[in-house]
This record gives sequence, structure tokens and C-alpha cells, in this order.
Amino acid sequence: MLEIKDLHAAVDGKEILKGVNLTVNPGEVHAIMGPNGSGKSTLSYVLAGRDGYEVTGGRIIYEGEDLTDLDPEERAAKGIFLAFQYPVEIPGVPNSTFLNEAVNAVRRYRGEDELDKIQFVKMLRAKTKELNMSDEMLKRAVNVGFSGGEKKRNEVLQMAVLEPKLAILDETDSGLDIDALKIVSEGVNALRSPERSTLVITHYQRLLDYIVPDKVHVLAQGRIQKTGGKELALELEEKGYADFVGEEAA
Amino acid sequence: MSATAETVEQVHSISGEKYKYGFVTDIAADKAPKGLSEDIVRFISAKKGEPEWLLDWRLKAYRRWLEMPEPQWSKVQFPPIDYQQYHYYSAPKSDDDRPKSLDEVDPELLATYEKLGIPIKEQEVLAGVAVDYVFDSVSVATTFKKKLEEVGVIFCPISEALERCPDLVRKYLGTVVPVADNKHACLNSAVFTDGSFVYIPPGVRCPMELSTYFRINEMNTGQFERTLIVADKGSYVSYLEGCTAPMRDENQLHAAVVELVALDDAEIKYSTVQNWYPGDEDGKGGIYNFVTKRGACRGKNSKISWTQVETGSAITWKYPSCILQGDNSVGEFYSIAITNNAQQADTGTKMIHLGKNTTSRIISKGISAGKSDQTYRGLVKISPKAEGARNYTQCDSLLIGDKCGAHTVPYIESKNKNAIVEHEATTSTISEVQLFYLRQRGIPEEAAVALVVNGFCREVMQQLPMEFAVEAQKLVGISLEGSVG
Repeated sequence: MLEIKDLHAAVDGKEILKGVNLTVNPGEVHAIMGPNGSGKSTLSYVLAGRDGYEVTGGRIIYEGEDLTDLDPEERAAKGIFLAFQYPVEIPGVPNSTFLNEAVNAVRRYRGEDELDKIQFVKMLRAKTKELNMSDEMLKRAVNVGFSGGEKKRNEVLQMAVLEPKLAILDETDSGLDIDALKIVSEGVNALRSPERSTLVITHYQRLLDYIVPDKVHVLAQGRIQKTGGKELALELEEKGYADFVGEEAA
Repeated sequence: MSATAETVEQVHSISGEKYKYGFVTDIAADKAPKGLSEDIVRFISAKKGEPEWLLDWRLKAYRRWLEMPEPQWSKVQFPPIDYQQYHYYSAPKSDDDRPKSLDEVDPELLATYEKLGIPIKEQEVLAGVAVDYVFDSVSVATTFKKKLEEVGVIFCPISEALERCPDLVRKYLGTVVPVADNKHACLNSAVFTDGSFVYIPPGVRCPMELSTYFRINEMNTGQFERTLIVADKGSYVSYLEGCTAPMRDENQLHAAVVELVALDDAEIKYSTVQNWYPGDEDGKGGIYNFVTKRGACRGKNSKISWTQVETGSAITWKYPSCILQGDNSVGEFYSIAITNNAQQADTGTKMIHLGKNTTSRIISKGISAGKSDQTYRGLVKISPKAEGARNYTQCDSLLIGDKCGAHTVPYIESKNKNAIVEHEATTSTISEVQLFYLRQRGIPEEAAVALVVNGFCREVMQQLPMEFAVEAQKLVGISLEGSVG
């Protein structure tokens, strides 16, 4: 599914990722943990192709294809989804309009027929029902006036609608109280499938109580420093990241 | 006959003896010679077989025009206009001069029609193709005409109205926009070629949206269009002007005048989508759109609502306004102005509160991209007698890129202590993270920009009649093509 080989990336000329190696197989859930400033969010933006996040070395192979030269929308159409740490507000654009645009843009890219209004609404209703969400959220402008929890649930809804092959959750737990965290996690878990891989980027172990990973990686100083099973997360919870933060960051 | 010879002959025929004696009937020329003079004004009036009073009215306007200075207060910049280089009258083109089919039409224009989803038949009309419309539009038009006649609504070219109901025209023409209101309006008064006239009888709710689409044959009304709409007591009308497709036009200078009159309890809703040729990337060859639009809420409880989507023209100078004379009358102005490349727009409104408890609402959305420059200029004036007057103004500017400009110039003159005047303004940009977010969901960059801009304009879009709104949304995207990246 995803193979990251010796990935180097820079922002504003400053190298943040310094040789990341990572392989994610179909259906797996990998957690990437690490201290602040270790390059977690940078990794997610580089994977999604955000402008200004420049790959300076190495390769990202996704389903056998090098992603480096693809635009964000092309990557999205190929099935990469990034749940934002801070979902963005788009004033005046109703959520349903936004989702409709997105779904049809992706379908167009893939050479599939666009959904007409009726097909789309039907599909959307089914998704909100599946996720136990109210339709009221669909009428509101994208993320405008949403609470922290609503914003994250909206990300999960978008993910459900777009049905990605690779979902990257960037600090999805940040800003959530325990109830909201549960609801969002349930949503993510509902979308787990043997074809879908998930990369969970987080600071804290607690999210992993709900979204249980197959593997846990420690990202620090721009590299994967350690890889283990889900028990690694508990270990980190206890000891912190001190072992991985060398003199460079101190 | 060569163009030069033609001109020479026309000048000769016009300045010749003949003319002094009435010069009415046998003018074969299709085009007035270049330039503007009293004779040209007479030529136009004669050509249209107008009554004496209207000729006098035109001549009065012409004489005032000579003395009037160009308006200097707006922010738009352009070289001085050489009024003598224009033709002020030309008969509608004969079929021989028109393209025979869409194959002969500029492919770029067709591509735009395609993007807007305009049906082939309408494309032909818009591109000026010489086709026989009898089967489609006219039959539709006759059905509409019949419906309108049943309820007594008059909707026809102003020249026809001068024959059908001269007293009505005479009673209201120039009463909202006086002859010498400003230089551009004054020019229009002197040389206006045609336009629409609408009269809604008392108590009648016009059974359909009146649109210039229905008068396809009158589409080439020229650059000096004049529209007069009168809504009698307790009546209602919604009028749509313009169209989303780029208009083919060889005339650079457009100085239209629109006058609206609403009597007691009447309501007029006037919607415009304007997409005239903006010129090339440097604005070269684009249309100058200098329009005077004004509505008078003459009766009590009357209402006039302007909605405009302005995306075309090299230069736009336009301030649809309301004079709130009747007690409890309401004025509204909803505007979207989009400028790209080298376009300049100075637009806004005036709300003049004269009557008691008059209210006005201004929602203006300006989007600047490329190296364009845009100004919102608005006046809210409350007279001493306007007890309980209220105004709310909201002015939002959106900037795309770092070479464009947006300016907001609100004037507020309140002479009544009890009036409430509110003004809110914001300036924002489309942020990189907004675009990234949308693109990450699969929406290509230009579509993402269009989506954000449409969201920004939503309040105004909602004011447009349904079918207009759908086209206008697409137009937003097309107008901003090439503005990012």
C-alpha cells in the first residue's frame, strides 16, 4: 500500500524529515507517535502533497506509484485522505455542497460517472446514518461555528464519504474531551477494512486505547527511531520520549 | 461602397439643406457618421420617428452634456474619451453581416458558452448568428406576450412604448435620473438608441420574471440603452437584465440609464448579470461600462431591490441607487463584483432616505484578482425629515493574489438624530490552507477557488432568481480562471 523510503523533506529550506522509512500493508493500522516538533505533521503534509513541503530526497511509493510529482487533488483522487488536525473553515459553502463537489471531482478524475443530486443525497444519508450523525451538520457551512468535536466528526464523515484507501489521521485526538474522542474513534473503527490502511498520528497513547494499532512507530528528530507493537505506546506513556530526544533537540 | 465614401455621403446628406425641413422619412443610411453633434441627435430622433417633445428633450440633454465635466471622483483610470470617434446610431445588423452558423463564431467564445451550459439555440442568438428564430424563441415570446397582455402589463422596446403609451413614457422619463444628472447619463439622454419599457398596472403581480431574453430581436439595442420601469400602486415585478454569457459587442463605450419608479405599496426587483468583454490581460479593447441606475420609491410602503453580479467590462462605473421618498419604503442593494487581470471597477450604491421609517440594506461582495482594482463607494444619506430611518451596510472584500487592490469608501450623511446607520466591512484573502484543504478532498485548484468565492458571495447569490443564480455560480469560476497558480 504505502512504502516510504529514506524520505527527506524540507519546509522553508529547513530539513524536517531526515530519512524516514515506513511500510504499511493493506488493512493495517499504524500509529506514529513522537514529541512536539519531531516532524509528525510534516510527514502527513508531505504525504498529502501540500505546497511548501518539499521532498528533498527519498521516495514515497503508493500502490506501486511514486507520488512525488502529483498534486494534492490527484493524490486524493487516488485514495489518500488526510484528516486535519485543525479542520479548515469555508464560510458560505454548505457541507453537503462541499462533499458533493469533492465526490464528483474524484469520480471525474477516475473516469467514473458523476453522481446526480438524488444519488448523492441518498449516499450521504446512508453515511450519516452509519456514523450516527445528524443531517443538520450537512446544511451548515463547512466547519464554521463547529465545536472541536463537531469538526473532527466532520472529518470522519468526509472520510466515510470519500472512502479512501489510505487514511492519515493527524492528531485527531487533539482538542477532544473523552466523550468526543470515543465517538470519533468509533467512526474511524467503523471504517476499518482489509483494503483500507490507516496512519494514526498522535501525541498521546489514549487515542490508541480506542483505535488499536497493528504497529507503533516513534518519530523523533525527523526519523523513525523505534518500531513495535501496540505495547510500545504504553511504554512511551510511562517513560516519555526522553530516550529518543538526543542532544540535537535538547 | 467603402466606409469612407459612405461616411462622406452621410455627412453630406445630414448637413445638407434637406435636413432643416424635417428630414424625417427617407434616410436610407444604416449608420450615423462618426462623431457627436446636434445634427446627430436630430438624426437619431428622426430615424426613430420620435415626437417633438422627445427631440427637444434630447437636444436639451446634448447642450448640457457639452458643458458638463467628466466625473473625476472615482478611482478608475483611463485615457480621455474621444467622443467624436464613435458612431451614435447604427441600425441592427442585417443577416448578411452576421455569422451564418456557429462554425463562423470565435471558438473561444463558444468554449465559454459550453462551460456555462448554454443550449445551442441560445448560443446562436448570443453570438449573433443569423438564424430564423420563428420556431423557438418567438413562439415562446408570443405565449409570454399574451400572458402579459391579459393582465395589462406593458413590456416592449421604449421606442414602441412611445407609440403605444406616449403619455406614460413622457410622464416618467427622466424623472428619476434627470437629464443633467451626470455626464454619462446626460450623453445617454441625448443619444439613447433603445431599451425596455415596463409598466405594471395597479394591483398586478407580474406573472413572470421579465427578462431581456424574451426580446431577442431587440438585443442589439446599442451602447446607449435606456430602461424605464414603472410599478403602479400595489404591483410587483421582477426584471432580469443581461446574461452570463460574454456579450459580443464592438462598441467600447456603454452609457446606459435605468430608471425605476415604484408607487404606493409597489415592489420592483431588478437583477443584473453583466459579463461584457473585459479586454485582454491588459484590459485592451474592453468595454467601458458607465451606467446610471436609480430607483425612486415614490409611494408609501414601496420597495426597490437591486441585485447585481458584475464580472465583465474593462471599467465599471456603476451605482444602482434608491431614493426612499415614500414613508416606510425599502431600498436594497446586493452586489457581487469580480475583477481579474487589469479590470477596474468603482461600484456601489446610494440610499437616500427622505421619508419616515425608511429602511435600506446594502450587501456588497467584492472579489479582486490578478492586478485588478476595485472600489466600493456607497452613500447613505438621511434627511432631517426621515424620522426612524435605518440602514445596514455590509461590505466584504476578498483578495486573490498580491497584486490586486480593494478599497471601501462609505459616505454617511445623517441629518436626523434618531436614524440608525450601521456599517460593517471586512477584507480577507483565500488562504493557502483553505485551498489545500479543498484540494486534499479531490477538488482541483481552480474549482476550489470558485467554491470559496461562491461561499463568500452566497448571501447575494441567494437574492438572484433561481436559474440566474445557477449560471452566475458557474460564471464566478470562469471569471477567475487563471487567477491562481
